[in-house]
Amino acid sequence: MNAQIVRLVLARLGVAAVTLLIVSFVVFAATQMLPGDVAEILLGQAATPEAVAGLRTAMHLDDPALVQYAKWVLGFVTGDLGTSYGSNMPVADMIVTRFQNTLVLAATTSIVAVPLALTLGILAATYRGSLFDRALTAGVVSAISVPEFLIATLAVLIFAVWLRWLPALSFANDVTSFGQWLHIIAMPLITLTGVISAQMIRMTRAAVIDTLDAPYVEMALLKGASRSRLVLRHALPNAAGPIANAVALSLSYLLGGVIIVETIFNYPGIAKLMVDGVATRDLPLIQACTMIFCLGYLILITAADILAIVANPRLRT
Amino acid sequence: MARHKRTFQPLGYSVSFVTLFAVTIIFFWAGVAIFGNLLAPHSPSKIVDVDYFGPMSKAFPFGSDYLGRDVLSRIILGARFTVGISLCSVLLACFSGVVLGMSAAVVGGWYDTILSRFLDALSSIPSKLFGLVMVAAVGSSTPILIVLLAVIYTPGSYRFARALAVNVNAMDYVTVARARGERTFYLITQEILPNITGPVLADLGLRFVFIVLLLSGLSFLGLGVQPPNADWGSIVRENIGGLSFAAPAVLAPCLAIASLTISVNLLIDNLPVKIRDTGE
Repeated sequence: MNAQIVRLVLARLGVAAVTLLIVSFVVFAATQMLPGDVAEILLGQAATPEAVAGLRTAMHLDDPALVQYAKWVLGFVTGDLGTSYGSNMPVADMIVTRFQNTLVLAATTSIVAVPLALTLGILAATYRGSLFDRALTAGVVSAISVPEFLIATLAVLIFAVWLRWLPALSFANDVTSFGQWLHIIAMPLITLTGVISAQMIRMTRAAVIDTLDAPYVEMALLKGASRSRLVLRHALPNAAGPIANAVALSLSYLLGGVIIVETIFNYPGIAKLMVDGVATRDLPLIQACTMIFCLGYLILITAADILAIVANPRLRT
Repeated sequence: MARHKRTFQPLGYSVSFVTLFAVTIIFFWAGVAIFGNLLAPHSPSKIVDVDYFGPMSKAFPFGSDYLGRDVLSRIILGARFTVGISLCSVLLACFSGVVLGMSAAVVGGWYDTILSRFLDALSSIPSKLFGLVMVAAVGSSTPILIVLLAVIYTPGSYRFARALAVNVNAMDYVTVARARGERTFYLITQEILPNITGPVLADLGLRFVFIVLLLSGLSFLGLGVQPPNADWGSIVRENIGGLSFAAPAVLAPCLAIASLTISVNLLIDNLPVKIRDTGE
């Protein structure tokens, strides 16, 4: 039995690795479609034919595309992410601190959102059809069907404009105390928590309701078990797998949300770096950021699948 | 469910009032998108208010924007971009997704394996990120945006249509048709397509919502519809400076997007099971 699980998990990891390779190829191909010559664009006014030819050789632009691709992938594996067109700095150096900032935001969001969403989702499933459930479901469906920037806008209106608890925009210049850090991270945190929790509440509720419909729960009900005992003792242990799957899947929505949230609140994370890179068409920077995001996304999706495999004996066949 | 719901049945389906409400709003925005230039009270690019970020007033129902232009007129004209681009992309995405999905199910073998593996890999790039990379590579004129959004949402549509088509493909009547010697084109158009139309249309609606959200997000980042044109996402972006004093210029386009996407979601959630049934 255990060997079978290991084999399935390894197979799933293999699929993830192949997917990452295809993704890297697509990202590379997409960024090669840029109309015009990179060397000419970089040199601008100084683009004499000799200078362009020199720069092309220096940047290995005359190599066949597949060779360039192989070099890029090898560099990526060894930690050499190339040189930014915009600032002439190694991309790796530009990314490190930004990436840490984003990780801090993502981790804080998870710490707040996961317990909140699980509690609300389980409560909604327990009292299915009640006023609380219907109000929560309506709120969740609305939150899912509007853009992230609308949630950010509402958060600013409520907490900065009406309640005046927080500043509308954060500027992370010098963070010296915990209070200051809290001030900077508060609005992005509230917005992201809203985005993620909505997804997570919906999926958790569905997972618990799925288990509550199982025959053994009906049996427990007929035996005379109370509603809380029904949910906590009988349904939840069996819903743990689907719930873990739901948590991992919902966390993957962090990636989309963080792009909007970092831009709107000026948070110095990697997504803001990437959006700025897109505006200036800084390809090595875009490639590196995209691969990091895709890697994070794949890890979460794969984790969700593996949790589902481990938790559900029927998927092991 | 013994609860009595007031319904009426114009098309043979019982229609709830939520559905009716959603359909009304969707038709309203469709009308605004088509007849926008007749409805707008002012020119969307003309500065008509002396004040910027003006409040709601009789002359300017949604206030004025950061330059003193009429927000209502800009939203009315923006509907054309938000609804038009999204509709074109979703039709393109679902057409290619469904055609590829049905052919993969019917042809099977290597064709199916390679196509599925490749499109699954594409769908594991987060959509917003995919959009950013493509905009960086090829720019963001309106035709490019349409194709780009279609490419991003084709894999999802493919996966959905393929799952449905695989089920239908296992039916006896398809085996009979195949035994008769019918070609792939006939199998796809005559045997499979008529039996998956309902769920595919429901999926089209959901994907329309995703595309509206992504397009608005890209425009909000300044990477979607470019000035002087503006969709609803761009209007929010231009006026974001008015957020700290709750200018209606920020809220109104947000509410326009929300009303459209929530209506489509409500409509699909309340579709009769007969249409929505995914067959999975």
